[in-house]
Amino acid sequence: MKFWTALDPRLKGIVVLGLLVFFPFIDPNAAHLNFLADAATFVLLALGLNIVVGFAGLLDLGYAAFFAIGSYSYAMLASPQFNLHVPFWVMLLLAPAITAIFGILLGAPTLRLRGDYLAIVTLGFGEIVPQTFLNLSQWTNGPNGISALDQPVLFNYKFGLQTLPYYFVGLFLLAVAIIVVHNLQDSRLGRSWMAIREDELAAAHMGINTTKAKLSAFALGASFSGLAGVAYASKLSLVSPDNFQFNVSIFVLSMLVLGGMGNIYGVIIGSLLLSSLERFILPQATIFAHNLGFMSLDFSNFRFMMYGIILVAIMLFRPEGLFPSRQRKAELHVAQLDAALASQEQSLYNEAAP
Amino acid sequence: MELFFQQLVNGLSLGGIYALIALGYTMVYGIIELINFAHGDVYTLGSFFSLAILTALGITSEMHGFPLVATILGVMAGAMVFCGIVGVLIERFAYRRLRNAPRLAPLITAIGVSFILENIMQLWQGPSPVPIPTFIPEASFAIGGVTIQVKQVFVVGLAVFMMIALQLFVYRTKLGKAMRATAQDRDAAQLMGIDINMTIALTFLIGSALAGSAGFVSGVYYGTTWFFNGFSAGLKAFTAAVLGGIGNLAGAMLGGFVIGLVEAFGAQYVSDQWTNVMVFSLLVLVLIFRPSGLLGESLPNKV
Repeated sequence: MKFWTALDPRLKGIVVLGLLVFFPFIDPNAAHLNFLADAATFVLLALGLNIVVGFAGLLDLGYAAFFAIGSYSYAMLASPQFNLHVPFWVMLLLAPAITAIFGILLGAPTLRLRGDYLAIVTLGFGEIVPQTFLNLSQWTNGPNGISALDQPVLFNYKFGLQTLPYYFVGLFLLAVAIIVVHNLQDSRLGRSWMAIREDELAAAHMGINTTKAKLSAFALGASFSGLAGVAYASKLSLVSPDNFQFNVSIFVLSMLVLGGMGNIYGVIIGSLLLSSLERFILPQATIFAHNLGFMSLDFSNFRFMMYGIILVAIMLFRPEGLFPSRQRKAELHVAQLDAALASQEQSLYNEAAP
Repeated sequence: MELFFQQLVNGLSLGGIYALIALGYTMVYGIIELINFAHGDVYTLGSFFSLAILTALGITSEMHGFPLVATILGVMAGAMVFCGIVGVLIERFAYRRLRNAPRLAPLITAIGVSFILENIMQLWQGPSPVPIPTFIPEASFAIGGVTIQVKQVFVVGLAVFMMIALQLFVYRTKLGKAMRATAQDRDAAQLMGIDINMTIALTFLIGSALAGSAGFVSGVYYGTTWFFNGFSAGLKAFTAAVLGGIGNLAGAMLGGFVIGLVEAFGAQYVSDQWTNVMVFSLLVLVLIFRPSGLLGESLPNKV
């Protein structure tokens, strides 16, 4: 363990990446690879939301809207819908640009709002976007969604309905994303995000252009969901407005809260934990219950309660998440310290009162 | 023109329900600056509690005269008491610990509570809309070609009555004074001997009871409810509260009616597919251009 922690982070990354590249040859189970390929989409989303919520401290409750925009851009530009067939690899650059523009469009007028108002505005945005895709049925086929999306082709190799190539694409996107967030975190911009998160007024006084920093957080965060959208839509070959509802935004937010907002690896672990909860643990628990004779019990009905309990319990008992970043932990403990002092004062006051 | 007045009546009755929910939102925000995200779900709980009480009493058909009035008051009081208790419990177990935490922590908790409540209701009453027995007669009268249902008069009347009662409570009683003091400066209020915890719990009690009454009213008005109703109704009521100026009781009322009218007229003259988009766009626009709302005062950024 000590050897591992002492290792250069870049070397660690290469080791993990190498293991993951060889994983399909060790465990060729298609269900597992399929799960990992899907989970990669959500890790991408979590990493993107982490930029907005974890780094810059702007609570975005409508992140699924950007995911929807990313997915729908792929669906409209790479399908028989309008007979446009932009290659997958081009879309990987184009979709993040589109979502980033929407991030700026949403961010520009709203970023001077106070934290909780911003949360509600983003929530409203998150409701408006899927509803709009639903209503513009002449272009989006309304509730049926757009299907038969183009499947990626690499040189002459068609991805089709196999799992393995999507697994590698997911891995590739994740590796790129992690390198990007890592560099962002330690950049001037990343440090100004954290300064804004800790104390916006003080950050502004230190000469940080808070509007610009917050806008870039929104744009960069949104661009990650553009990537995720392309990966998701191309793998599923179908998009429909139902897949981008409020619960998706909260699903991703729960990943952050569980893993530890602001910490890249915490967020990745949180994301994988929740994805596997959804895909393996709840169905397994249901089968287990059925074997015990509780036939009517279906644990997947408890999904939303799980997210709810995670959000409440973590906020109450471990607000920094399971794997916090050092700064975040310190910040939250200052608040606790304040609270402790306040209650101490209170008890002194109570003793003094006759 | 008749159509216009018809939608005016419909919008006002819809607005009455939003106004009742918005009152609770605005009270809670006024006192602890928390967007109580679970408030919309407490409202839905009000519908389900009313349904449960009606089922327990075995009421399935229309009633008239004294039994009707007694049932309305009894069932509504029951729903209000249950919802009030739920609200107090939520505050006690989910929000109180976080009173001094960073601002976004209780908001995230509130979303969690909302998900838990929705899931509980889904497990309790199933995932599809549930009918509620219509025991109020479908009586209506017409003024110049505009049909007004008795229920609609009841909804608007109840909302106005509740607002006046609340206004009197907050501005004329000692407990109301304690609430205003707590909202203004919690520490100073505490130093003056006000029991902060009790006062905040009382705010949740009243706000949630109002949501319960709204749940009852909407249940009998529409004759149906759904576990997920509270999400959009809550969001619209919050829009109403913001529109009127959050923390301001009369503003919540005004905002509720405005939202109801926007929805009714939007459905009539634009398209009912776009009403949600219109309401949420209104929310975004108000927050951007006039975050203090129609009747609210603007707040400086606190350091």
